[in-house]
Amino acid sequence: MSSIIQVHNLSKRYRIGLKEQRHDTFAQQLLAMVKAPLQNFRQLRSMSKFGEDDDSVFWALKDLNFEVQQGEVLGIIGHNGAGKSTLLKILSKITEPTAGEVRIKGRIAALLEVGTGFHQDLTGRENIYMNGTILGMSKKEIDRKLDEIIDFSGVEKYVDTPVKFYSSGMKVRLGFAVAAHLEPEILIIDEVLAVGDAEFQKKCLGKMESVAGEGRTVLFVSHNMMAVRNLCQKALVLKHGSLKYHGETEDAIDFYLKEYSETRRRLQYAPEDAPGNQEAKFLRAEVLPLTGKDWPLREGEGFRLEFEFLYLGKDRTNLDVTFHLVDEYSNLVFVGSSARNNSQEYFNNGQVKATCEIPPDIMNHGTYSVSRLLLVRNRGVIVLSVSDPISFEIVTSPADAFGWMGKKEGVVKPKLNWQLSYDPGH
Amino acid sequence: MNHNELQIKNDESTKSTPPSGAKGFTPPSGVGGLDAWDQILKPSRGWQAVDWRELYRYRDLLYFLVVRGIKAKYAQSVLGVSWAVIQPLFTTLVFTVVFGNLAGISSDGVPYVIFSFTAMVPWNYFSGTLTEASNSLVVNANMITKVYFPRIVLPLAAAFSKLLDFVIGLAVLLGFMIWYRFLPGWEILVLPVLILILLLCSLGLGMILSAMAVQYRDVKHASTFMVQLLMYAAPVVYPASKVPDAYLFWYSLNPMVGVIEGFRSALLSTNPMPWNLVIVGGGVSVVVFVLGTYYFRRMEKVFADVA
Repeated sequence: MSSIIQVHNLSKRYRIGLKEQRHDTFAQQLLAMVKAPLQNFRQLRSMSKFGEDDDSVFWALKDLNFEVQQGEVLGIIGHNGAGKSTLLKILSKITEPTAGEVRIKGRIAALLEVGTGFHQDLTGRENIYMNGTILGMSKKEIDRKLDEIIDFSGVEKYVDTPVKFYSSGMKVRLGFAVAAHLEPEILIIDEVLAVGDAEFQKKCLGKMESVAGEGRTVLFVSHNMMAVRNLCQKALVLKHGSLKYHGETEDAIDFYLKEYSETRRRLQYAPEDAPGNQEAKFLRAEVLPLTGKDWPLREGEGFRLEFEFLYLGKDRTNLDVTFHLVDEYSNLVFVGSSARNNSQEYFNNGQVKATCEIPPDIMNHGTYSVSRLLLVRNRGVIVLSVSDPISFEIVTSPADAFGWMGKKEGVVKPKLNWQLSYDPGH
Repeated sequence: MNHNELQIKNDESTKSTPPSGAKGFTPPSGVGGLDAWDQILKPSRGWQAVDWRELYRYRDLLYFLVVRGIKAKYAQSVLGVSWAVIQPLFTTLVFTVVFGNLAGISSDGVPYVIFSFTAMVPWNYFSGTLTEASNSLVVNANMITKVYFPRIVLPLAAAFSKLLDFVIGLAVLLGFMIWYRFLPGWEILVLPVLILILLLCSLGLGMILSAMAVQYRDVKHASTFMVQLLMYAAPVVYPASKVPDAYLFWYSLNPMVGVIEGFRSALLSTNPMPWNLVIVGGGVSVVVFVLGTYYFRRMEKVFADVA
């Protein structure tokens, strides 16, 4: 085994769009319109130029170091914005690193999308050539594999029909069929499996397994832990652009899940850069164990949700906090609202803190998130809406260790009042 | 002895590598060496030439992009490729009526229709390529951000797919020449050189505009109407002989001046071959082309980030 990819101190910097300035008066607006071209020019120019670091500079990757061995199937996991896609884009030469370097042996093919370059007006056959050559195949190579590709795609009947008459599933199948017939030393795959029906996904996974089996190197990015677990021997975990873990897949997934749940338990902003509108800002959302208890949350125990807002309205008004709790499959578990308590609280211009206690013996184990958090004025007007601020995990209680070990049964696990009676004889 | 030492060294180097690989990095040892790597990706600096060898490897992609450009353009249209004839023909007829008949602009002693159509064929290629090429990267932004290929194939494909219209235009021009009984002289041998100049300057400007258009969408708005204005800076509706001698040098810096007057001389034998215009224009177009490739390469690395 020798290393086929070496990544050394790799960093990538992006410039993100700056916030637009707000203009309060017509005169200001007019002045801004006159000055706009110059300002636009500076901003557009700055997209590719970097002076000193300011707020708009964002490091998508920072000082990454790792190696990939020949024939290894490496999973790359991390939540949204962790830098997975940026890493793939650098490895596949789509974009240049800002610092550091990558050394590669052999031909790379990257599948960040299926069917790149497809044109609606061209037939399936013509698009196979189009897509194939974009992915780096030669015409001869495609000629040789054409029948196989068409066969694999399962769209034989429509191969001479313009793809605009294809269903989206057919397009994906055709695109994947082309990609599956690439023969690179290194294959890079990004979430391609998230599309298509179950049967097709199975086909893709099978194909990828056979690619990996042929001793080729595969880098695989996915949110699907099952797929990562099944395909990859090793995995690396990215967080905020840094490499947090690199090792055996099982350990990496455990690390990721633990890290993920920890980081998602609390979302907090400083008042200066809190998101929101002119009326209210969102400051904090957090899930906490009940006093005297510790992490992790166990089923059967209760927990506390805390929310904080900054209310900027000048008049005294009635405010309520409402949240939607969903499980890992986005099923709504319940909606909690302080309005239910029926106490009229009046607020003006200040910090609003709401604490909600979820009593013991309600929730089953699993991953839950607050999908929507609302600040409501006068029992009906939504002042501020925050989506998906926090998420947390409730683990099975040890008391249940000898119980049911299979799939979790039901979203809630309430402790119910049972009366059992027994009447001997008749 | 020697062998043993090497063994020990190797053992040490593997031990010193942290098992996680997350921290620390061992540069490749002497075994294999640096030259074993096929590609080293790192930040590029300064101006770079186009990697022609890589471009040659992607020639099939270029071919299919050209085919795609042509097919997609005339797909689902009743008249199809005939549009390549209709459009310049009608423009020429309008010009003939407005400039030839009403304004009475001289046409170096040949019928105004053929005079202006001879200019229309290269000019249409130039303006079409400019518009198409400058949009080529923006239109294909989804490809640029998803797959690596030499980006230069996009403006190249735009320019090459326009060649079909150009050839059709030449064929129609041939028809005009037969109709009006023009027999070209030896100057027709210069035609390939003129076409080369036309290609170089269209491509060069196309590359510059396309690279700029990725970052500044103003180019899209500007290029369409700039091309219309530029037409009057070239002898399309009037002969170059109308330009005062004092300004002729500055005028000839526009490569299209030499190309258009050259076309007229080569095909209609109106004037002797205007070498002064052709040589200056040719020089300028070579400079524009070389500049274009370098500028394109320089901007190439940020395409995927700003597209």
